[in-house]
Amino acid sequence: MKTLGGILVQKGPFEEIVIGNTAIVRAMIEGGVKVVTSYPGSPTPEIAEAINSIPKEVRPFYFEFSVNEKVALEVAFGAALNGNTSCVFFKSVGMNVVADSFVQLSMMRIPGGMIIVVGDDPGANSSQNEQDNRHYMRMSYTPVFEPCNAQEIYDMFLEALRISRTFESAIVIRLTTHTAHFKQKVRFGEYIPNSTSMSIFDPKKRGPYIPLGEAVFMMKRRALENLQKYSEISENHVKLIAKGNQRGIITAGLPFATILDVLGERVDYVDILKLGMIHPLPRKAVVQFLKSHKEVKIVEELDDFLEEKIKAIAYDEGLETKIIGKLSIDEWIGEYLPDKVEEVLFDTWPDLVEKPEVPKMSIKTVKRVPQLCPGCGHRAAFYVISKVLSERDISVADIGCHTLGYLPPYEVGQVLLCMGHSNGTASGLSLFNSERKVIALIGDSTFFHAGLPGIINAVYNDHKYVLIVMENYTTAMTGHQDHAGSKIKIKSVLEAFGIKNIYEVDTYNYERFEQVLREAIAAQGFSVIIARHPCMLKFTRERRVKGFAKVRQVRVTEKCNLAMSCISIFGCPSFQRIEGNRVLVQKELCIGDGSCLAVCPKGALAYEEGDQR
Amino acid sequence: MKSFNIFLIGVGGQGIGLLSEVIARAIDYSGQRVIGVDTHGLAQRGGTVSSHIKIGEADSPLIKKHDADLILALERQEAARAIANYAKVGCMVVYYNTSWQPLDVRLGRDREITEDDLEIARSLGVRIFKVRESLEDVRMQNIVLLKTVDENRLIPGVKTENYILAMKDLMNESVFEKNRTVFLNR
Ligand SMILES: Cc1ncc(C[n+]2csc(CCOP(=O)(O)OP(=O)(O)O)c2C)c(N)n1
Repeated sequence: MKTLGGILVQKGPFEEIVIGNTAIVRAMIEGGVKVVTSYPGSPTPEIAEAINSIPKEVRPFYFEFSVNEKVALEVAFGAALNGNTSCVFFKSVGMNVVADSFVQLSMMRIPGGMIIVVGDDPGANSSQNEQDNRHYMRMSYTPVFEPCNAQEIYDMFLEALRISRTFESAIVIRLTTHTAHFKQKVRFGEYIPNSTSMSIFDPKKRGPYIPLGEAVFMMKRRALENLQKYSEISENHVKLIAKGNQRGIITAGLPFATILDVLGERVDYVDILKLGMIHPLPRKAVVQFLKSHKEVKIVEELDDFLEEKIKAIAYDEGLETKIIGKLSIDEWIGEYLPDKVEEVLFDTWPDLVEKPEVPKMSIKTVKRVPQLCPGCGHRAAFYVISKVLSERDISVADIGCHTLGYLPPYEVGQVLLCMGHSNGTASGLSLFNSERKVIALIGDSTFFHAGLPGIINAVYNDHKYVLIVMENYTTAMTGHQDHAGSKIKIKSVLEAFGIKNIYEVDTYNYERFEQVLREAIAAQGFSVIIARHPCMLKFTRERRVKGFAKVRQVRVTEKCNLAMSCISIFGCPSFQRIEGNRVLVQKELCIGDGSCLAVCPKGALAYEEGDQR
Repeated sequence: MKSFNIFLIGVGGQGIGLLSEVIARAIDYSGQRVIGVDTHGLAQRGGTVSSHIKIGEADSPLIKKHDADLILALERQEAARAIANYAKVGCMVVYYNTSWQPLDVRLGRDREITEDDLEIARSLGVRIFKVRESLEDVRMQNIVLLKTVDENRLIPGVKTENYILAMKDLMNESVFEKNRTVFLNR
């Protein structure tokens, strides 16, 4: 067996089939990165998986999951201030969390060099929005590379490192979901171990580092002067496909590759300028391209970031090229998958794209929504919560697996902004509201990530609602990363805040949970229930690794009167409906946790005979 | 510029990630150029997962609608979804005949996809291979699919030993032995 860790630390050079996220880790190793930090979030968690596949003894850098993205960025910043090259990576919306610190970086001299990898998510494949983080880059005067495949991710990371060290400034690599997961054979270079570390922080020599008063303007000037130099570098990262056509396309990232595939042989009828750095723009290359074409279409996913800037450049230069930006709201929404790219090109130049006749595959399909896993402790909690809350009561969701409680059959969790919002939002909902009970939910990783200020605020300002902390001992949704809760007990944190009504319950214990929830609601103040059950997906996986292939399973006995509570109220995916509207346990799904046994009013659920508890 | 496009689909937890990794590596061992991408949003939580693989000249791994030459589905509902969206005329479909019912089916709001529903696709010019074996460990269903792919030489240019080498790269001794036994049991 080839182990990922083994592959990544070999001397090289070598080639290997990897995804973009893995290629980044090899680039960190070859590039001499010393400190790496992150908070988990798709599409980036495989970077951490690749890092963790390298045994600590041979891992040439320090790695931590920080408590949230902002802290992760600050740890990386601090390390690089001291001369130790750093990298921080996080998902799209993590950008909002880091923003307060991030916008300061371009004003600072960071001698070690620092790379920020952000994984944007056009199409909102695994995020609560599809925000276009390129805007943050312009606002903060930060240069950005945008690779279009795994090889480019690796190449650009190393290039960004060189620039970052030369300019002593932070540089961003912007991935999108399907470049991060782009799988191909990547050519890697050599790894020459170098164990030097430094402590060269020196505000007298490299400062100022305190942006106050006059210093702010001086520091801002530095950022802007650098930006001018980066635009020279940007010129070196364009790819031009020119065949003397009157029509041209300016694009970047994965849409570039997709355009090539969609056009096929028709690529001969349009020229393409592909940008490697999307901020600052390679002004000369853009001007040249505009000048040499009659019509230029900007094909960019999400917002009109390039379009605005390119139009401004054309105006400055007095160019008459017809620049075609986004033609409809549709061009702002969703990922630029091949069909979308084809549509965008067709709407621009109907004669360029041959729209093939789509075969009619008229075959029945059934929609599938995500589900909590069999045995999930969150399901057990929702089973109780939905029983206790009445129609008019309000439940505030937060981010994590438990967000899925909003789906039928539970419909618990009715509003969602972002990680940690639930306490603040619930506090507001509880104002001028004596009739309707308000419940807020939060996961344990989120509790530490962004939940604490809202909780402290609830205590300080005396808000009245019930917070349910859904403790499953892991950051489940993003792939089971560890979090601060493994060292710091949630209960002791809550006690330290002076919260009086703290209840603890295992979510499988329905009777007690119901009693506790009713009590907490009746208490009329701010109460917290710590609702615990270990993540059962993690548990079953670990159990399998230990060699447990077979487990005791649940079956439906003759007592079943087809009331369907196991499906319509409890909703474990193992219960399936078969001919004659009977219920059957799908053996491939049942993990034998038994959390369902008590939910059948007829007591018709039991373990398979012969199975031992 | 024409590639051979393979679209894999299943439900989170069925092992589609491993299957697509084995296939990509087997293609590489066969000496052909391969690119791919897994798409797995909220996948692990009972949602649809898919994976795209292209052999030959292609720049983006993402397959256009109705442009798959081969569809591998680990579940019936998902097989139907893949055919409806990705099959081209002449496409070959291998599906594992099991059902992980989506919520609406379980709630009685919709009807489960049956084998007959999938048979209809034959009239649309799609070749269908239905697969099922009694297995000690359901997580080897993906290897059973792979066996059918190999037996019928559904991926051009890839030989049995290429698949075996790929499996060996990705599995530890004991897991490899078990999977190889299932794969070669013909
Ligand atoms: C700012 C931000 N960072 C990261 C994420 C990605 N993310 C989605 S769900 C989740 C897990 C939250 O874990 P926890 O609160 O423990 O809930 P669980 O999934 O375990 O139920 C994370 C980190 C996000 N949505 N927003």
